Amino acid sequence: MLEIKNLHVQLEEEDKQILKGVDLTVEAGKVHAIMGPNGSGKSTLSYVLSGRDGYEVTEGSATLDGEDILEMEPEERAAAGVFLAFQYPVEIPGVGNMTFLRTAVNAQRKARGQDEMSATDFLKEIRAKAKDLKIDADMLKRPVNVGFSGGEKKRNEILQMAMLEPKMCILDETDSGLDVDAMKLVADGVNALRDEGRGFLVITHYQRLLDHIKPDVVHIMADGRIVKTGGPELALEVENNGYADILAEVA
Amino acid sequence: MALPQVKLDATDARLAAMSLPDGGWSDAARKDALARLRAMGLPSGRDEYWKYTKPDTLVQPDAPHAALFDGDTTPVFSDTDRLRIVFVDGVFDADASDDLTMENVSIERLADAPDIHWARDLYGVLEAKGQTPVERPLAALNTAFATDGVLIHVTGPVARPINLVYRHKSEHSDAILHHVVKVDSGAEVTILENGPAAARFNKCMEIDIADGGTLHHVRAQGRDHERRAATAMFARLGAESVFKSFTLTANGVLTRNEMVVELTGDDAVAHVAGACVGDGDFHHDDTVFITHDAVNCESRQVFKKVLRNGATGVFQGKILVKEGAQKTDGYQISQSLLLDDDSQFLAKPELEIYADDVACSHGSTSGAIDEEGLFYLRSRGIEEGVATDLLTIAFLAEAVMEIEDQALQDEINSRVDAWLSRRRG
Repeated sequence: MLEIKNLHVQLEEEDKQILKGVDLTVEAGKVHAIMGPNGSGKSTLSYVLSGRDGYEVTEGSATLDGEDILEMEPEERAAAGVFLAFQYPVEIPGVGNMTFLRTAVNAQRKARGQDEMSATDFLKEIRAKAKDLKIDADMLKRPVNVGFSGGEKKRNEILQMAMLEPKMCILDETDSGLDVDAMKLVADGVNALRDEGRGFLVITHYQRLLDHIKPDVVHIMADGRIVKTGGPELALEVENNGYADILAEVA
Repeated sequence: MALPQVKLDATDARLAAMSLPDGGWSDAARKDALARLRAMGLPSGRDEYWKYTKPDTLVQPDAPHAALFDGDTTPVFSDTDRLRIVFVDGVFDADASDDLTMENVSIERLADAPDIHWARDLYGVLEAKGQTPVERPLAALNTAFATDGVLIHVTGPVARPINLVYRHKSEHSDAILHHVVKVDSGAEVTILENGPAAARFNKCMEIDIADGGTLHHVRAQGRDHERRAATAMFARLGAESVFKSFTLTANGVLTRNEMVVELTGDDAVAHVAGACVGDGDFHHDDTVFITHDAVNCESRQVFKKVLRNGATGVFQGKILVKEGAQKTDGYQISQSLLLDDDSQFLAKPELEIYADDVACSHGSTSGAIDEEGLFYLRSRGIEEGVATDLLTIAFLAEAVMEIEDQALQDEINSRVDAWLSRRRG
């Protein structure tokens, strides 16, 4: 589904190489986790895949079902099925959460040549999905992420994911700032979306999120490359021994 | 102090082409206004409050040409059940207007009005008072030479909003309208204004709200690209009265909106707000002066401007808290959203406080679209143009939300949305 080959990325503003040849394939139906120390390039990878400004791809490719996504605008990538759950969801004062989601859902449907969702159908669906994530009516009405707690913001990300039904979900440190209960709620939301046709790329520092969202494959990223790939046991190894051993081993 | 020669010349040139209308009962006020105007002279770019807005085209003898704007769809406020009073190029149009009778209000055409005591006590009176400490020569000119307008006396709750509709049908029209509104104790009314009025429009509205009275004012200034307008509102508020005014300005080569509010009774509330969207040859100026002269009054100024393709926005806002006006709660915010590097926003917030137990805050900012927010919206599949418009409407929201009536708020938002969509193509 998602195929990343030899991806090299540098910052536009300064001549600094962040990704130095990332190779990664996420198959439909699978959950891949990327772990790695701070500054290894994990978040950069998520931003480059979703189309944020400020990064320059100098070499390599990234395709979703064979389509080059790096050439697309962020909204085109979204319509193609890429979704990034932000590490720091953005507050947008003045735009109601509900209006935002409905605009997004219908924009994507339009881009795919589908009919817009009726107001009634939309309401029905969002209410049901919000309930599963313990998001109340007030949170839906409020401006996007404004005044939301850390946990509420993350749940709101998962609600968006549930409404937009993307093919390829990228979760960037979704566990950061969450207590155990909130993490469980978010993980349940993610697990409910696991499906044969959907791929996940879960970026995290810590193993604990992976207790709840069980990965099929775990990658260790360091200094802009995937340095080691293994099964779920690799995450446990990190948890027990830290990154130092693994990095020493591959160095 | 003698006027500078250029000012004298400009004032003489303008006045040479004008003659005082036969105003009947208002003659004395008109003559007085003319004398005041001669003493102060018409504005020039050297005047402190005209530094950012060139008054030339508002001052010159003939109205500059303004092509008629065709392409309007449904006029704003069409969905509101309202009483329409129509002016075409500054002349009352009885046929196009609704029947002017309504319960709890009397509406008279300025030109036809008999000598009514209350109007004589207000016409030119609030305007003259509002000339201190800042001169407003165009308003004095208006009092002297206004050819039409309405006198509205509100005596109780009024069921339907009164809608002043201004139409522009002549490319050289030079309209001067003067309205007077008196709201009695405990009475309540909503006044709507919309339309471009004329090639050049000078409008003055004097408002007197007695104790416990309420006036809501919502205005949408016309979409004509080439029209020019200088408007002034002078409001005097009694105890526990409420005055809320909101203006949307879209297009117009030049707009100067002055607002002079005096809170004279305790516990009065005045909110004045404005949202403007300007594209290209657009200059918009809000000049506001709010005087607190009573205890425990609240005033809010909320002005937001969206500017692009070289448009200019100006805000000059003052809160004056007089001695003894304790427990004043004054708030002022002026912000611009600059959609490119060519546009500019000039702001001059002023506070002058002579009481020691007050809460006054003010702020002014200029900024571009929030890139983080834009990316967030786009990453959810919302196309860049639509995302920018969403953020633009969100930026204006604080001002639009000052409109108390939800339906009118929605109407204004949909107008802004339509304006933005047209530009998106």
